[in-house]
Amino acid sequence: MSEMKTAAYICKGCGIGERVNATQMVNIATKEGKMSLVREHEFLCNEAGVQTIRDDIEKEAVTHVMIAACSRRAKTEAFQFPSAAVARANIREGVIWSQPDTPEAKETTQEMADDYVRMGCAELKKMKLPAGNASTGHNKQILVVGGGISGMTAALEAANTGYDVVLVEKENQLGGWTGKLWKRVPDREPYKDPADTGIGAMIAAIEAEPRIKVYLNAVLAKTSGSPGQFSAEILIESGSCNTEAVGAIVQASGFTPYDANQLPEFAYGKTPNVVDQAGLEKLAVDAAASGTAIKRPSDGGEVKTVAFVQCAGQRDDSGKHLPYCSGFCCNTSIKQAMYFKDANPGVDTVVIYTDLRTPGNGEDFYRSAQSKGVIFTKGKVTAVAANGNTCKVSFHDLILDEDSEIPEVDLVVLATGQVPNSGVNIDLTEEEQDKIEVKPISILNLDYRQGKDLPHLKNGFADSHFICFPYETRRTGIYTAGPVRRPMDIAQALEDATGATLKAIQATENAELGRAAHPRSGDLSYPIVRLEGCTQCKRCTVECPFGAIDEDEKRYPVFNESRCRRCGTCMGACPVRVISFENYSVDSVGAQIKAVDIPDEFSEKPRILVLACENDAYPALDMAGMQRTPYSAFVRVIPVRCLGSVNTSWITDALNGGYDGVMLMGCKHGDDYQCHFVKGSELAAYRMSKIDDTLKQMALETERVATYEVAITDIKRVPQLIEDYAKVIEKIGMSPMKGFA
Amino acid sequence: MAKKEYAFYPGCSSQLKGSASNYLVSVDSMCKTLDVKLTQIPDWNCCGASIGYAESGELPRHVMNARNFALAEKHLPGQDVVATCAACWLNAKESKEKLASNQTLRNDANEALKEVGLQYEGKSAMRHMVEVLIEDFGYDELKKPVVKSLEGIKFAGYVGCQTNRPFGINGESFENPVYLDKLVESVGGEAVTSYDQKVTCCGGALAFSEPDKSQKQIKDIVESAYDHGAEMIVTPCPLCQANVEIYQGEVNKKYGTKFNMPVLYYSQLMSVAYGGSTKAAGLDGQVIRAKKLEEIAVKVIKK
Amino acid sequence: MSEALNQQALASYRNNFLREVEEKVEEGEWVKMCMQCGVCAGSCPFGPHWEHSPQKIFMMIRAGKREEVLQSDSMWMCTSCYNCVVRCPRQLPITQIMHGLASYAHRLGLAPKEQPTRHFSALFWNNCTQTGRVNELKLTLGLYFKDGLVSGIKKAWALRNIGLSMLLAKRLNPFEILKGHECQDKAGIQRMLKKAHEIEARHRGLNG
Repeated sequence: MSEMKTAAYICKGCGIGERVNATQMVNIATKEGKMSLVREHEFLCNEAGVQTIRDDIEKEAVTHVMIAACSRRAKTEAFQFPSAAVARANIREGVIWSQPDTPEAKETTQEMADDYVRMGCAELKKMKLPAGNASTGHNKQILVVGGGISGMTAALEAANTGYDVVLVEKENQLGGWTGKLWKRVPDREPYKDPADTGIGAMIAAIEAEPRIKVYLNAVLAKTSGSPGQFSAEILIESGSCNTEAVGAIVQASGFTPYDANQLPEFAYGKTPNVVDQAGLEKLAVDAAASGTAIKRPSDGGEVKTVAFVQCAGQRDDSGKHLPYCSGFCCNTSIKQAMYFKDANPGVDTVVIYTDLRTPGNGEDFYRSAQSKGVIFTKGKVTAVAANGNTCKVSFHDLILDEDSEIPEVDLVVLATGQVPNSGVNIDLTEEEQDKIEVKPISILNLDYRQGKDLPHLKNGFADSHFICFPYETRRTGIYTAGPVRRPMDIAQALEDATGATLKAIQATENAELGRAAHPRSGDLSYPIVRLEGCTQCKRCTVECPFGAIDEDEKRYPVFNESRCRRCGTCMGACPVRVISFENYSVDSVGAQIKAVDIPDEFSEKPRILVLACENDAYPALDMAGMQRTPYSAFVRVIPVRCLGSVNTSWITDALNGGYDGVMLMGCKHGDDYQCHFVKGSELAAYRMSKIDDTLKQMALETERVATYEVAITDIKRVPQLIEDYAKVIEKIGMSPMKGFA
Repeated sequence: MAKKEYAFYPGCSSQLKGSASNYLVSVDSMCKTLDVKLTQIPDWNCCGASIGYAESGELPRHVMNARNFALAEKHLPGQDVVATCAACWLNAKESKEKLASNQTLRNDANEALKEVGLQYEGKSAMRHMVEVLIEDFGYDELKKPVVKSLEGIKFAGYVGCQTNRPFGINGESFENPVYLDKLVESVGGEAVTSYDQKVTCCGGALAFSEPDKSQKQIKDIVESAYDHGAEMIVTPCPLCQANVEIYQGEVNKKYGTKFNMPVLYYSQLMSVAYGGSTKAAGLDGQVIRAKKLEEIAVKVIKK
Repeated sequence: MSEALNQQALASYRNNFLREVEEKVEEGEWVKMCMQCGVCAGSCPFGPHWEHSPQKIFMMIRAGKREEVLQSDSMWMCTSCYNCVVRCPRQLPITQIMHGLASYAHRLGLAPKEQPTRHFSALFWNNCTQTGRVNELKLTLGLYFKDGLVSGIKKAWALRNIGLSMLLAKRLNPFEILKGHECQDKAGIQRMLKKAHEIEARHRGLNG
């Protein structure tokens, strides 16, 4: 590798030249920053400006470029130099746009700009141009787990896009639940009648597609590897294993209907005249096959009255049943009521619901059922009692607020909802696992250190970033689709499977180039560990939100770079600071912290370090600048990949170095998290909950470190948080630690 | 502008010495200025009103209205039918819609109309006088004949129900129609646009059968007009006018209020603004006299 | 006749009140389309005064509560303001359904006997159809004196100021008691309405 040659460019455009003294910044970059080459430019992002930098890289052998201009989030295309390491000092959004243009503010504004130049130079010298990951996989075949409507859609979409597919289905035929339906809820105008499922044509399309290889009666015995180089051991009926090399995986393992045996109060199991929705589909399929109307199961008698019990074992707050709404069942009951009404309008059909929820175009479908004479009663069913060949359905009428009953019902249908087939809950302790009566069977059998299956979020559904990136799971290269991700109907599953398939394809393409997947798409850096310093504490392997790190037999971490999302949570976790990225490390941030000029205790100029998540908090600060919302000139902001990457040493270094306070800004955590790396902000919050002890040891006030949850939309709030915190620091006074470092 | 001609359906309350007789007087005065010729439909009958439902049934109600249309089509062909009463307009319009969309109902209606030697064809449009003003003239055109601006008087535009729902005036919202405010402004008055009871029901016909319940409505309607600084209420509906005006004394007795707010028709405002006398504007028909308006009406215009 | 009608309806519909409403009541076929949101209930000016909101009435019809519905006071509280109609997300003609139900209950003799609006409604229709136009004085007096002479005089006395002021404003004509406004072809109107009633009774099966 060639020798490092640094260059700094001070831009005077966008008003920077008028607001701050660029010559002074040039001097700082030269003398303090020790940049080999320093230039100032009137308008750096224009063609001539960019060409200047290109020429320096080419002719002057510049390897490291520090640009003091706008935010690193602006002009990214102009300032893209693939062959040089680039650091940015945010003088525009971060200084002149966030500080008032007044004579009184001139001095502190200049100090801010000077510090950002110092920080940029310091960071640059600790950076390396990422060389890219050598151990990349090139396999682009997509493994689809599950042959229901989601899995078949994924397989066909991938094949149609030009990718080979291996489809694994545990049953002896494709089709899943959709294949067991008589008809489906309509997916097109006029949304008035049940429609053909179309599953036969879909199976035929799969069988005719040479790119798709189908394994029936097959499960995954073991899945190992990483994006671009997964290995799947497929256990087939004969007991033998076939190994398939694949690049990415779509898990469409679907759902199981909630077990109606859990609902003895609705007489399920006591009379065959009480069925769940799947049971009714079977009756309908059988009746259609024999060319008759649906008969009463107990005696084959005529069905005159049918009652549909919505939310049976769902939306339950007692803790006994499913707490959630499965979303599809209202439309399904509407459809099933039409099975009867369309065949014979004289059959009475009553849907007893608490809230009718008909997503998609279900409202039209609902209206159609009403005009066909299906009766909808807002009520809560309290009991179903079998009495000979009929049942008595008792319910509380929620409109009339009275107990009511339908005395002679021939058939009762329970809408029991979906339970995800998501395998083993790897977050449970062994003790907790032991307590579960019916042990879940692993779907993927991953050989990952963190467990066999995808982590769950709640209620057993696979974790995915619901708000922003629903197809992302916490295992890079493995994407969930369909009801394993959240409860859904056929229409939603089709869309879901298509999205997940595209993500899987993208993952194989990124893996081949050694690039990160979402959200640091295209990043070539990856964690590098200095194993000789490692104490085998396992924090990195335990805390990695993406299960990217395994352990070898000596309990040293083994990094699977292609599984890594480059969040740096491992770097933040490491107590001995041996994990780093070429362009982001404990040193690259630490050097910035140290580069700031700390005025003395009597200056009345405190310094507040802000470590801001680059995904939400930092853009929010930039946007505050764009809106010219001023905030304290005493802050120095350093963007971090995720709060999870914040190493506690940065905070102790800052406080030892005389900073008066540290603000950490990250994303919301918890069940409705917004953290782009899922667990990063949560881990940071946990680590910071322990910082008080450190502060006490240093004889510092606990207020000197504060953690905030900030969303990208907090454009007005972030400046206010800074202002408020500056007041807190003013109140508790300057740090006594100044001047020692 | 050329003379405009309409087949006129005045309705029962507008007749001589009827409860809304002053409405008709002011409409005549207003139309004279606007060069509008209203020709009464010969031998028109009651629309049945909304309240007749207990015994009217569906078809007889529609037949009553169909007879009026048939008479208009026969004697005043090509002319739009115009009503001043909100209920007349609504019921006639509803019958017209029903007869247009239901062929059986229409055949039945014509079978009944045979008894009076008439035939309903559904050719004439059914319109309210307010629609004529807004659509056939427009607010700017209505401003032109103003000789006495109603400047300085604050009016609460009480739209009420039946010109507003279920059909409403084209382009207006059900929750906050503004056409009355605009009419007030076009004759120089000040519209109290923040008036929040403008579409509250006055109780309608239930003012007679359920006086206590209706008077609570009337109290809210008048009270809010006072609260928002109005000096007078203006309305397009005869029943609204009557209920809100004549029951104020009863409301005062019951609630201890001291209401004494004049309730006028938009046509009275226009008549005065166009130079009409107290009599021509029907101001002598007010139970609660509109003194400020009368003062303007008696003013002599210097030419 | 009304009792016979009622017995006939009971016999032919047994426990299917919804079907009865759909076939017998004006706009009754809309009842099944209600989605139970309750916007009608919150939009009614006489909301505090009835026992059953339109939403509840619709639910009761579906639940087969025939007597409770037809004997209810609630439909008679409708002021015909049409607020529920314009707000109903399912565009049910609620005002017309309320009128239709009230009218049906009245015909079957099940409507509350002392319901003042029932009385006034019948009075109004008879008043306006007699001559083709409303006789406002007779209408008013008819209402006052519905419970007899003494009570009528009391009511008229209590409201004498209103009458007097209307008289002074020339908006009330005392001579209407003798002869009011009327249509020339009042005989024709009588024939026409008789015919219309006949046709309707035929269609709705209300011949008793």
